[in-house]
Parts: sequence; C-alpha cells; structure tokens
Amino acid sequence: MAAEREPPPLGDGKPTDFEELEDGEDLFTSTVSTLESSPSSPEPASLPAEDVSTNSNGRKPAEVVLDDDREDLFAEATEEVSLDSPEREPILSSEPSPAVTPVTPTTLIAPRMESKSISAPVIFDRSREEIEEEANGDVFDIEIGVSDPEKVGDGMNAYMAYRVTTKTSLSMFSKSEFSVKRRFSDFLGLHSKLASKYLHVGYIVPPAPEKSIVGMTKVKVGKEDSSSTEFVEKRRAALERYLQRTVKHPTLLQDPDLRQFLESSELPRAVNTQALSGAGILRMVNKAADAVNKMTIKMNESDAWFEEKQQQFENLDQQLRKLHASVEALVCHRKELSANTAAFAKSAAMLGNSEDHTALSRALSQLAEVEEKIDQLHQEQAFADFYMFSELLSDYIRLIAAVKGVFDHRMKCWQKWEDAQITLLKKRETEAKMMVANKPDKIQQAKNEIREWEAKVQQGERDFEQISKTIRKEVGRFEAKRVKDFKTVIIKYLESLVQTQQQLIKYWEAFLPEAKAIA
Amino acid sequence: MEGRQEAGKENKPSSISVDPQGDSSLQVEISDAVSERDKVKFTVQTKSCLPHFAQTEFSVVRQHEEFIWLHDAYVENEEYAGLIIPPAPPRPDFEASREKLQKLGEGDSSITREEFAKMKQELEAEYLAIFKKTVAMHEVFLQRLAAHPTLRRDHNFFVFLEYGQDLSVRGKNRKELLGGFLRNIVKSADEALITSMSGLKEVDDFFEHERTFLLEYHTRIRDACLRADRVMQSHKCLADDYIPISAALSSLGTQEVNQLKTSFFKLAELFERLRKLEGRVASDEDLKLSDMLRYYMRDSQAAKDLLYRRLRALADYENANKALDKARTRNREVRTAESNQQLCCRRFERLSDSAKQELMDFKSRRVSSFRKNLIELAELELKHAKVSPPASVPSCCPSTPRPLDSYQMLASMCQEGGGP
Repeated sequence: MAAEREPPPLGDGKPTDFEELEDGEDLFTSTVSTLESSPSSPEPASLPAEDVSTNSNGRKPAEVVLDDDREDLFAEATEEVSLDSPEREPILSSEPSPAVTPVTPTTLIAPRMESKSISAPVIFDRSREEIEEEANGDVFDIEIGVSDPEKVGDGMNAYMAYRVTTKTSLSMFSKSEFSVKRRFSDFLGLHSKLASKYLHVGYIVPPAPEKSIVGMTKVKVGKEDSSSTEFVEKRRAALERYLQRTVKHPTLLQDPDLRQFLESSELPRAVNTQALSGAGILRMVNKAADAVNKMTIKMNESDAWFEEKQQQFENLDQQLRKLHASVEALVCHRKELSANTAAFAKSAAMLGNSEDHTALSRALSQLAEVEEKIDQLHQEQAFADFYMFSELLSDYIRLIAAVKGVFDHRMKCWQKWEDAQITLLKKRETEAKMMVANKPDKIQQAKNEIREWEAKVQQGERDFEQISKTIRKEVGRFEAKRVKDFKTVIIKYLESLVQTQQQLIKYWEAFLPEAKAIA
Repeated sequence: MEGRQEAGKENKPSSISVDPQGDSSLQVEISDAVSERDKVKFTVQTKSCLPHFAQTEFSVVRQHEEFIWLHDAYVENEEYAGLIIPPAPPRPDFEASREKLQKLGEGDSSITREEFAKMKQELEAEYLAIFKKTVAMHEVFLQRLAAHPTLRRDHNFFVFLEYGQDLSVRGKNRKELLGGFLRNIVKSADEALITSMSGLKEVDDFFEHERTFLLEYHTRIRDACLRADRVMQSHKCLADDYIPISAALSSLGTQEVNQLKTSFFKLAELFERLRKLEGRVASDEDLKLSDMLRYYMRDSQAAKDLLYRRLRALADYENANKALDKARTRNREVRTAESNQQLCCRRFERLSDSAKQELMDFKSRRVSSFRKNLIELAELELKHAKVSPPASVPSCCPSTPRPLDSYQMLASMCQEGGGP
C-alpha cells in the first residue's frame, strides 16, 4: 500500500495522472464532467489515505467513530478526504501546514477499502473537480427534487410524505436516478445529525425548515382549503431548497447519513425531533445554557478578520430581518389587491349586464374581463414575490443564524484551549510546590499531569486553529453562494415584474378599442 | 391644515365634464379654494352677459352648507319636479387624511428620515388630491345648473352666485337632519305603497323600462363604486409598502462590499419607481373609475327621485279621477273635483314629458362620460405599464414613457455588473 502512495500531482487537476498510479483504474480516467459510477476499483483508497496523511487534523469525532461502526469508520475517513480537498490550495502553496499530525493511521483505513471501494476514488476525483471548480463556486453533478406531497394516515397521526428524487451522475450513489418517500421529521432528523457532527468544527450546516404546529394541525385535520394547500406547497419548496443547499456543500455531501437519507427506502423514525420529546427539552436547555455561556466568554480576538466578519453578519442579519418583514407586508397586500380586483371585476360585469346601451354594456363587460385577468396577474406576482423574494430572505436569516452559531463554537473552542492552558499553569504550580515540599511520589504524579495537560493544550490550540481555518473557508464559500443566490433571485424577480408589466400592456391595449367603440 | 388651490381649467381632475350650452351666456367656475381648520371656502366666479346680473364678472365666497341649501331649494321647488336635480356635492372630508398625518407626526422611531419624508410626501399628496376632488365636485354641481336651460334661471341660483354677503345658511341641526332622514323613509314607504296600489297602471312602456332599469342599475353601480374604492385603497397600500422595502434595500447596498452592492441599489431604485407608479395608478383609477361611478350613482339616485315624483303625480291623478267619479255619482262638488282632476292630469303630463327628456339626456350624458373616462383610463394604464425604470443613464425627461427594454437592460446589467 505504502509504495503506491505517491503524492498525487496536486494542482494540475489532470485525472489522467492517476492512471499511472493505479492498476487500470477506470475511475480515474473519468474527467470532471463525466464521473462514472462503475464500481470496479480494487484499491482506490491509497490515494485518499495519502491525502489524509498530509493534512489530517484533530477531528476527534473521526477517531471516536473509528472504534465503533465499521461502516461509519470508512465514511468518516472519506469525510476526512473531502475535508482536505478544500484545503488543497494552501497546501499547494507549500505553506507549512497547520500543526496537525496524521491522526487516522492508514492501516486502519486500508482494510475498509474493500467494502466501500466505490466511494473513495470518486471523492478524490471530486476533490479534484473541486479544485477546478473552486473559482466558479461549488458545482456538483447532483440534483434534488421534492415533490408529490401525500397525506398518509388519518386524524392526528396523519403526516405528509414527500417524494425526494435524486438525479446524479456521482458514482458514490448506486443509481443515477432514484427516489424515496420521506416525512418532515425525517428532514429534521437529518439536520440534527449533520449539525451534531459538523457544526462544532466550523462547518455551516444549512438549517432545516421550521416546524409549524398550526399549519400541520390544519393539514392533519383534513381541511382541504387553499391555506392548507399553500402551507404544504410552502413546506415542499422549503424542503427542496434545504436539500439542495445541503448537497451543494462538499463536505456534507460525503456524509453517510445524507446518503442514507437520499437512498434507503426505510429510515428509522427520528423521534428526537419532536418538540415535546425528552431530546427536545434537552435541546432547549442546552440552548439556554449556551446563551448564558456566550455572554460570559470574553475572547481575546487575535484575528481582526473574525471580529469584522461577526459584525458584518450581525448587520446583515438585522437588515435582512427588516427587509423580510416589509416584503411579507407586500405579499399580503398584493393578495388583498388581487381579491379586491376580482370583486370589482364581478360588479363591473353585473353593471355591464344592467346597462341598456349596447356598446357601453359590451365595453363594461370587457372591462370586467380585463380586471379579472389583471387579478390573475396580481396573484401570480404575489406568488413570485413570496417564493422568490420573501422565502430567500427567510432562508438567509436562518442561514446567518447558523453562521453565528459557528462563530460561537469557535469561541467555545478557544475557551477550552484557554481553560487547558490555565489548568496546565496550575499543574505546573502544583509541581513547583511539590518540588519545594520534596514529595517525590507527588512530583511524579504532577509531572504526569503536566504532560497530559500539555498535550491537551496543544490539542486545544490545534483545534482552535483548525476551526478558525474551516470557518474562514466556509465563510468564503458562504459569501460567494450568497452573492450568487441573491443575484439570481433579483434577476428572476425583475423578470417577473417585466412579465407582469408586459401582460398589463397587452390587456389594456386590447381594451382600448372597445372603449373607443362606445358610440 | 391650510391649502390653497388656484384652479385653472387644465389641472382640474374632474372626470365629469359639463359641456356648456351653445350660448355660454352663463359661465361658472370655482376659481379658488381655501381649506381652513374644519371648513372649505370656495370662491365662485361667474362670467355672464345676462341682463339680470349687475356686472359681467363677479365672485363670491361660499361654503359647503350654502351649496346644500341651494340643492335643497331646487328639490323642494315644485316647478322642477319634472327635472333631474343635479346631485349635491359631497361634504369635504379630510378627517381620514388628517388623522393619518397626525399619526405620522407622532412618530415611529424605527423609520428612517428618508422614509418619513416619503410617507409625509405621500400623505400630503393624498390631502391635496382630496382637496382638488372636493373642489371639482362643487364646481360640476354649479356648472350643471348653469348649463340646464330651466334650472339656470332659478332665482335662488342668482342669489347664490351674486349675493356678496354670507347667505346665513347654517348647517342642518340635529332636528333637521332627523327630519330629512324620516322624510326619506316616508318617501320609500310611499313609493312602495304606490307601486303596489291596485289600478295604478304604468301607461308608458318607456317609463316602465326606465324604472326597472334604474332600480337595478343604481344598486349595481353602488356596488361597483364601493369595490373600485377598495381596489384603489389596495394600490395605495402597495405603494406605501414599497417605501420601507426600498429603504432596506438601500441600506443593504451600502453595507455590501461585493458585487451585490450595485444589484441592491438598482433594486432599491426600482422599488422607488414602482412606488410612484403604483401611486399614480391608484390616483388615476380613483379619478377615472371610482369618481365616475360615484357620480353616476348619485345621478341615478336623482333620476330615481324624478321617477318617484312622476309616480306620485300619477297616483294623485288616479286619485283625482276616482274622486271625480265619486263626486259625479254623488253629484256633489263636481266642479272642484273636475278642476282638481284637470290639475293633476296636467301636472302628470308635464312631469312625464320633461321626465322623458331628462332621462334620455341622462342616458346620453352617462354614455359619453363612461366613454371618455374608460378611454382615458385605458390610455393612462397603458402609459403607466410602459414606463420603466431608467438603467444607469439618468434620464433627461423622466416623464416620457420609455420602452420596456429598459427593464430588461436593468436585469442584464445586474447580471453582468457582478460577474464572477
């Protein structure tokens, strides 16, 4: 294994080089755009292992998992791989990599390779792709759709099942197109799993759509009115956006939980997501505790970048909230306008009916028709207002909350490091005291403790550096995505406004000759 | 709040125009108006070469109550029973507008200075619009009277136009208001009685048709008017919504350091233009549609009143006939009964003749007014739909409608303005 592990030709992104490395490795012939899904790789893992060795880090969860489930072990390893890929650039520039030691010994990984040989090379390939696509933002060949909401069951135990369809040419999936049925709590379960794994190391995990007791109760009770269909549609769109965001994150895409969510037909019911469950209450308590802690941590910010960014996000959050409130009012009033226009159209039609002058009567009926069409236009515009504009804003308000959470985790990490340093100091003091008091057995104990805490301090520092680095990368990625998202939406929204105006012109132009024809 | 209006004929927002009669021997207009604390003072200017007046040109200052007095004088005059009396102008009502301005003044600290300025501007424009409308309504009332060959010769009208002093007409006190209210009830009860009276046959198809028509028409136009008002309110609401959105987008733009800066600014600018647009659409729809519907709602009520009077005359005629027959059988007071019957007959016929003419005039007036306003409405709506926000080039003539392409240019500028 070791012999084969030549450092891959980083930076030139030519997959063909890998061919030389492996034994007829089909997978590596695939270029960026055509990732094959043929599972025929005997020993692909060596390459990922190589990457791991150069810049793995203190990803404690990975270590823990290695001891547990074998499947997840490999999965974690693959996560390691992709984790490295965004950091490929700094490595390329041959900077001294952050003080990390290869934590995951390759021997542990190697035996696993056979069982999941498919994934690794693809990941590696994709990480290659990532290098290339880095400048253009993350583009992965995977598309998620959430559709066909279906009511399952009856009464208060009823729930909506959504079809999640995945279209992909990534070879880490067994098929190129597949779909499963999921319910809302499944999505929440996925998010909580991802959050518990990635948030505290600095990854911005997209938040799941919010629960709504009122909305869901109406659906459960079976009210087939427009407000409950609207609610279901709103939720469906939100779930789709949530999944799209999650799979576009290079690290999260690697996660086995995500893959299980997308692929497996049966998913264990995520009961911990219920608001009134034990886990839910625990979550609330933790949140409160966190809030208190946040207030007491006083961090010596050595890096102005973080302070600046935090301030920036705080401002952005405030602005977005204000804008969102205003846009919601706009949506509401536009809906009212639509309703009023429809009512007016009806009364204009009635008036036209009772008018006894024929030409005027016809003109009034035409006016009624125009107003009806305009009402439709208003409805569509309200729809666009909402789904494009308002939902984008609310998504980003929640995303920014996740970003702020990540910054908070960094603070906690720093706190841990600080605490370790303080404890180390105390242990050193104890040792000095023991030296003076001349108690040899206690001295030995103190020395041991000092060694232990020195290691912890080092680890703390490493963790802190790592999380800082991850956050920088993540924030960069987030900002790029945000700019893209907003620009796309603004353009789409402008286009919808243009459309509306053009339609209005058509309608009124058709009406004008009718009005002129009144003799 | 004080407001003045120098009302030239060009800037009158009136949707109701009154074509002066051929000779234009009597021209009336409201040349000025002042709004004081709780009343409006109109300056009524008359130009006339009629021998009756002392001068050829003169003006007086009148208040709303004096207009109402004039209207009631016409209604109560038996001579004009066969005519459609132009509906009285509505009372100037600035309450809602004043309240809103006050609420704005009390202040909401969360809005920025620009937002406050814009909202104040909007409310002031609204106040001004209401003011202009009330002037127009009062003016149309007078002009219709001046244009009508019979009504223009009324003595009270001359007094109204010429008498320099205050007419000392106070507003109706509570008793009079109640009296008026009761009179209306009596009238509708009477009408119901008459129509159900046996033997009362409508001899003329024309009037039968008109009655059915007017009853239905009046109800429906009232409905349409109410709903048009609501649409107008919604447009205004929408225009107001754009203010905070535009402000929030601007501040987002100032905060951004990346390519989104221009996009946000452009979008903020767009919403500002949309706001002005919505405001104009609202006011145009108000003038061309709501006001017109409202006016004809009142006018059709006046026509209904005319029909009622004629019906009353018919009933009286029938009663007189019956009385005459009774007198003849009893052979007592035949002469009085005869003369009474003749009187009623003549009155009824007079009313019928003039009513016929009036109703036909009403129809042609209505049709031409609807035509004019619907055409203008469509043209204005088209003009507004075609106006689009200027791209980055400041327009030299912002009022002229530019092609829709500007919108698309704006979209493409957003696209390229922040390329990868």
